[in-house]
Amino acid sequence: MDKCKYDWPAAGERSLIGKRIKRIDGPAKSSGSAKYTYDMNPPGLLIGKIYRSPYAHAKITAIDTSEAEKLPGVKAVQVILGVGKETNWVGDEIIALAAESEEIAEDALRKIKVEFEELPHLVLEENLEQAGSYAKKAGAKTAGDPAKAFSDPDVVISEGYYGIAAITHCCLEAHGNVAEWTGEKLLTYSSTQNVPGLPGQIGQGLREQKVDVADKNIETICNYVGGGFGSKFGPDEWGIHVAQLAKTAGKPVKLMLDRNMELEAAGARPSSYAQVKVAAKKDGTLVAWESQSWGTGGPAGTGMPPLPYVLEIPNSSTQHTSISTNTGPARAWRAPNHPQAAVLTMCALEDLAAKLEMDPIEFFSKNADLAAAGRGKVYKEELQIAAELADWKKNWHPRGDKTPGHIKRGMGVSMHTWGGRGHNGMCMVSIHPDGSVEATTGTQDLGTGTRTVIAVVAAETFGLPVEAITVNIGDSKFPPDGASGGSTTVGAVSATTRRASVDALDQLLAVVAPSLGVPADQLVAVGGNIQAKDDASKKMTWKEACAKLQVKTIQAMGKNPDASKCKLGDSGVGGVQIADVSVDTETGLIKINRMVAAQDCGLIIDMKTAESTCYGALIMGITYSLFEEKIMDQITGRMLNNNMEFYKLAGIGDIGELVVHMMTGPGYDERGTIGLGEPPVVSPGAAISNAVANAIGVRVPTLPLTPDKVLAALAKGGVA
Amino acid sequence: MRKKKGKHPADGFSRRDFLKGASMAVSTGLLAAPEAVAAAPEHSPGVLGPGAIPISLQVNGKAHSLKVEPRVTLLDALRNHLDLTGAKKVCDRGVCGACTVIMDGHPVYACNVLAIEAEGHRIETIEALGTADNLHPVMAAFVEHDAQQCGFCTPGFVVACKAFLDKHPNPTMKDVEHGLGGNLCRCGTYAGVREAVLEAAKTLKGGRANG
Repeated sequence: MDKCKYDWPAAGERSLIGKRIKRIDGPAKSSGSAKYTYDMNPPGLLIGKIYRSPYAHAKITAIDTSEAEKLPGVKAVQVILGVGKETNWVGDEIIALAAESEEIAEDALRKIKVEFEELPHLVLEENLEQAGSYAKKAGAKTAGDPAKAFSDPDVVISEGYYGIAAITHCCLEAHGNVAEWTGEKLLTYSSTQNVPGLPGQIGQGLREQKVDVADKNIETICNYVGGGFGSKFGPDEWGIHVAQLAKTAGKPVKLMLDRNMELEAAGARPSSYAQVKVAAKKDGTLVAWESQSWGTGGPAGTGMPPLPYVLEIPNSSTQHTSISTNTGPARAWRAPNHPQAAVLTMCALEDLAAKLEMDPIEFFSKNADLAAAGRGKVYKEELQIAAELADWKKNWHPRGDKTPGHIKRGMGVSMHTWGGRGHNGMCMVSIHPDGSVEATTGTQDLGTGTRTVIAVVAAETFGLPVEAITVNIGDSKFPPDGASGGSTTVGAVSATTRRASVDALDQLLAVVAPSLGVPADQLVAVGGNIQAKDDASKKMTWKEACAKLQVKTIQAMGKNPDASKCKLGDSGVGGVQIADVSVDTETGLIKINRMVAAQDCGLIIDMKTAESTCYGALIMGITYSLFEEKIMDQITGRMLNNNMEFYKLAGIGDIGELVVHMMTGPGYDERGTIGLGEPPVVSPGAAISNAVANAIGVRVPTLPLTPDKVLAALAKGGVA
Repeated sequence: MRKKKGKHPADGFSRRDFLKGASMAVSTGLLAAPEAVAAAPEHSPGVLGPGAIPISLQVNGKAHSLKVEPRVTLLDALRNHLDLTGAKKVCDRGVCGACTVIMDGHPVYACNVLAIEAEGHRIETIEALGTADNLHPVMAAFVEHDAQQCGFCTPGFVVACKAFLDKHPNPTMKDVEHGLGGNLCRCGTYAGVREAVLEAAKTLKGGRANG
C-alpha cells in the first residue's frame, strides 16, 4: 500500500505513541480542582428538584402546587407531566421546581399534592409465563438446518437456562445540568457524553415547551464528567426543564438527580434470560444452537442480544421475547447487549465443553474459526496468551474441584467482540508564533483518556513533549466531534488530530524552509526541532521556527472521515478473559483470585490509559457478576435497593489480582486506532460464572452470582 | 449494619467497621466516623433551628462564618456555602467515601456529619492537601499509577488515603484493601489505587526521614 501523508509513524519512529503516558488531566482530578457540572456554583444559583412518581404505573388525576409556590424562596415551579397523563415507572418526572437552597427545594417538594389513580404494573420479568400481555415476540432468525443438526445421533447436546439481571449505570456524578440565561443566550453545564449533540436537543425540547430559543444561542460545556457508561447521551426531561426553570426565575439553576432517582430512573441495562440448547460433534466441533431468550429494558422492552455470540454456529435458531415493564427506561450500558449475549452463549458453550469432557481453552480454540470476519486467528492467539497468564494448565481441572474442604477453586473463560470505528468529527490544531500549540475539538473525556490521546497524537506529530500541547475539549462551540459512545471516540479524535497536525506542520515547514535552505518536503519535526531529514545540522528549535510566523497563527482542520485514502483506524476487535475464583460452599461467597484479559484494539496511542480501561472493565465486570441487580418489588412496583448501601459496587478488597495483556505489534498496529471502552467489560460475567461452575461442579444459572443462588445451585448438585 | 462504639479501634485500621469474614463480598463501607457524629456540639442543649443559625467552621486553617440550617450536612456546607467542591456528593448517606474530609486528623464522610456538629473541629479538605501545580505525594502517586478515570471518586480517595497513611506508614496490600474499603469507584480504578497507596507510603516515609 502506498505511503500516505497522514499515516501513523512506523513502529521504529514513534517517540510517544504506544508508550505509557500519564493522563494529562490527572493532576486536576487528583487534586480536586477539576470542576464537574455538580461543582458549578455561579452567583445567584438556585437549586432544582423533581417531584417524582411514587407509583410504577398510574394516571395523574390532580395536581396542586400552590402551597409549594407560596413557600418563601421558591422561584419557579413547572409541571412536566400534567393531569390525565400516565407515569410509567417509579421515579418518572412529574413536576420540576427551583428554590434558593437545597433545603427549601426539598421542603417545597413535600408541599406538592398530586393525586393518582393506580394502574396495573409489572416490574419482574424473569418468569416469562407471568408476563402475559407485557410480553411480545421480538425477532427470530434461523440459519442452516438446526432441527436436522440436533437430530444427528453423533452429536452431544447440552441444554440449560442462563440469565443476567437488569442493572443500573450508577454514575458517581448523578445526571444533571446547570442552566444559565444571558438575554437570549443559554449556557448549560451538563454532565454528558454528548457535548456536541446537546444544544440541538435542548433547543428542540425547549421549543416544544414554547420557550423561544435558537440553537445557535445555546452552548453546552462539560470539562469533566463523573461517569456516563452510556447513560448520558441526551438532555433528558430534567435537562430541558432546568433551562425552563432558569428562564422563569431569571437566575441560574442547578438540577442534579438525587441518588435514588439516579438509580431508579437514570440508567438501566436490560436483563436477558434464555433457554439454550447447543450441540457439537464428539471432537468438540460446534454444529447447532437454539435459544429462546427474553428480557426487559423498561417500558420499551428490549431487543435480542447478538446470539449465538462471537461464534457463528452453522445451524442456529434464535427467538426473542421483549417484555415491557414499569421500570426506569433502558439506556445504552457499555457494550449494549454484549455482556448479556456473552453470558447466554459462553456459559452454554462451557457447559457443553464440560459434557464433552473437554478443556474449554481447547474447545474454544477449536471453534475459534467460526468467529466473523476471519478473526479466529486473533482469538486463538488471545486464548493461548490468556491461558499462559492465568496458569491455566496448572490450575484448571475438570468440572467440580475434588480437593477436600469447603473452599473450591475454579477457572472459566469467555470471548467477546466489538466494533469501535471512529465517529465523524473535526479537530482544529493551531500553532502560535510563540511556539504554543492547541488542539481544539468539541469532544468530551469520560475518563477514558481522550484529552491525553489528543495531546499524544499532536505531540508525536510535532516532535514535541506531551506537555507542549494544550487540549481544548468539552465545549459545543468548538469544532464538532461526536458523542462518546460505542468506543468511537479514540478512533475519531486520533484521526482528526493527526490530520490537522500533519497539515499544520506542513504549513509551518513551508514558512521555515527558506531560512534553513532546505525544501519543505525534506524537513521533519523531531526532538523539539525542525530539521533536514538527512542533515541534522540544518535545524532550528520549534520556538525559533514558530517565531518565523511573526504574528500569524497557523490553523488546520482535520476531519474524520476525510477524502484521503489514508487508513488511520479500523473496526472490529476481539478479546479473551479468564477468571480464577474460589467459592465457599458453606457460605456461598465467591472470591476473585485473579482475572486475566487479553485484548486487541489496533494501534494503541497511550498504553497507560488503555490498560486502565481494561483494569476498570474487569472491576466493573466483577461488580456486575457478583453484586449488581435492580431488585424490584412486584407489590409496590418499587426498586428496593435505590441507594448505594444496598445497590452494591465492588470495593478495593473485592477484585483479586488483575492481569491485562494488550495485543500489539505486527498484525495489530497496522490496523490503526480502534475503540476500547466497551469490549473488555463484556466477558467478565461469563468468565466468572464459568469459573464458579468449574469450582463447584454445578451451574449457577443467573447473574449476579449472589451467595443465596450459589447455595441453591449446590443444593441441587455439585461438589458440596 | 453495626456501629463501632467509642473511639478508633486499637489497631487504628480505619473508620470502617468491616465484618471481617464477609469483607470479600461486602464492599459498602457502612460507617463514617461514628466518633465524629458522637462529638458534642458546643451549643447549649436544646433545639436548634429550624431556621438558619450562625456557625463558624475551621476549614483548611481558616475560620469561616456562615449561616446554615441545623439539617445541613458538613458536605453541603463545604460545597454550597464555601464553594469547596473537591469533596463530592454521591451517595449522600455514608457509603461511598467520595465526600471524605479530615476532621481533627480522622477521615470522616462529610455527608454523615452535620455542619453544626463540625463546629469547633479542625476540618481539612482535598483543597488543603495540594494543588494541580503542587501535588501532594498521594496525589502524585495517583497520577503516576493512573488511579483515576472519570475522577469523581478520586478526591475522596486521595483524602482517605492520606489519612490512612498518616496512621499506617508501612501498609501491606492487605492493610490497603481493608483501610480503603470505604471508598467506592465506578470506573474501576482500584488496581491503580493499590499501587498508588503503596508508592505514596514510600515517598512520604522518604520525606519524613529526610526531615
